Amino acid sequence: MKGALASVPISKEWDIVGARQTGRNIAKQIGFGSVDQARIATAISELARNIYLYAGIGIVSFEVLEERSMIGLKIVAEDAGPGINDIGKAMQDGFSTSGGLGAGLPGVKRLMDRFDIMSSNQGTKIIVVKWLR
Amino acid sequence: MDEKHKQILVENSDEIIRKWMEQVNDGKVKEYSSTISNDVIEQMNREFINIIFSSLDDDIEKTNEKLNGFSKQVVNLGWPLAYLTEGMQAIRAIALNEILEEFNIDNKNEFLRMMELVNGWVDPIKTRLINEYSNNWTNIISLQKVALQELSAPLIPVTEGITIMPLVGTIDTERAKLIMENLLNGVIKHRAEVVLIDITGVPVVDTMVAHHIIQAAEAVRLIGSQCILVGIRPEIAQTIVNLGIDLLNFPTKNSLAKGFESALEMMGKKVISTSDKDEVIENIIRSINKE
Repeated sequence: MKGALASVPISKEWDIVGARQTGRNIAKQIGFGSVDQARIATAISELARNIYLYAGIGIVSFEVLEERSMIGLKIVAEDAGPGINDIGKAMQDGFSTSGGLGAGLPGVKRLMDRFDIMSSNQGTKIIVVKWLR
Repeated sequence: MDEKHKQILVENSDEIIRKWMEQVNDGKVKEYSSTISNDVIEQMNREFINIIFSSLDDDIEKTNEKLNGFSKQVVNLGWPLAYLTEGMQAIRAIALNEILEEFNIDNKNEFLRMMELVNGWVDPIKTRLINEYSNNWTNIISLQKVALQELSAPLIPVTEGITIMPLVGTIDTERAKLIMENLLNGVIKHRAEVVLIDITGVPVVDTMVAHHIIQAAEAVRLIGSQCILVGIRPEIAQTIVNLGIDLLNFPTKNSLAKGFESALEMMGKKVISTSDKDEVIENIIRSINKE
């Protein structure tokens, strides 16, 4: 079960539900427990919602990793939106430009094991990984 | 389609129908719905081909009426759109073959003319069927959306001053608004002092959902009542902590029963047993167990 598994395009609010259902199913198949499934689903929900709110259109894709006898789920959220002005600020708790709670991105970082973010005015790409323990 | 060619199709209709039935019977419907009896499929196929043939003689309105009815039937049976498109493709190919054979046509221009003729007959029917089919689906979807909204966010008064709002399913922006409205209206209508919001049925609590719940609770506080959040499953509790969502400002309980108890407590009430006899018996049983 290695390699890219699925990708879900995001353009409507309901696509967020589709993305996290897909992610949750894959996580279940790989063997994540219910707590980690909830973590993964929540992280996908945050990432997909960011795409929907700030870029409008984007894609969330899932990949199973196998490294040094470890299995993990990699989730890539990509969009071609306006990008994040100040990544440092966006990663702070309580910072939001849309009147939300401002816990989204820092929250995702805490929910997952690896968190990489790249952003320019061409778009944003966020890669997160959760390892199976 | 002109009279001459129409004549050919009508004369050979038995042959065409036989071939068409053969082709359609191997088609998609069997794949998708193995539970449907052959009789129903046979009957639908007959009706389908009859409509196609009668469209040669009927005027447009009558044909359209029949097509509307037929595609509605297909939707009700839950058959795929492919059933209609395959059926129309089959009739196109078979009818064209029949005409070409009858007139022994092997010249390109004649062939193209015949093709156009058949297309002129088949395409309007196909378009009509597809349009009706998708209209029917859209209709069903919008009805379901309304139905979903109706069961979206009920507010249930349980005793004087205590109401419960059970939330089930995904909360999107639209539903969040509805929840807020229902909650505030209901609190005032039922004169609730304590509202229990039960999120047992909410699959994922992300920052947006939490944000909406916090806002709703804050609004309830402003109109002089209190909110208790109940039904927080262990995994949800962990993700809320990971996300760093601050729920310190309002009380939470893990089950509806616990929440109800503390709601009663807040109002200075208590549930007591009315039969003392049971208690005596229980005491006796307990003391027996101890020995």
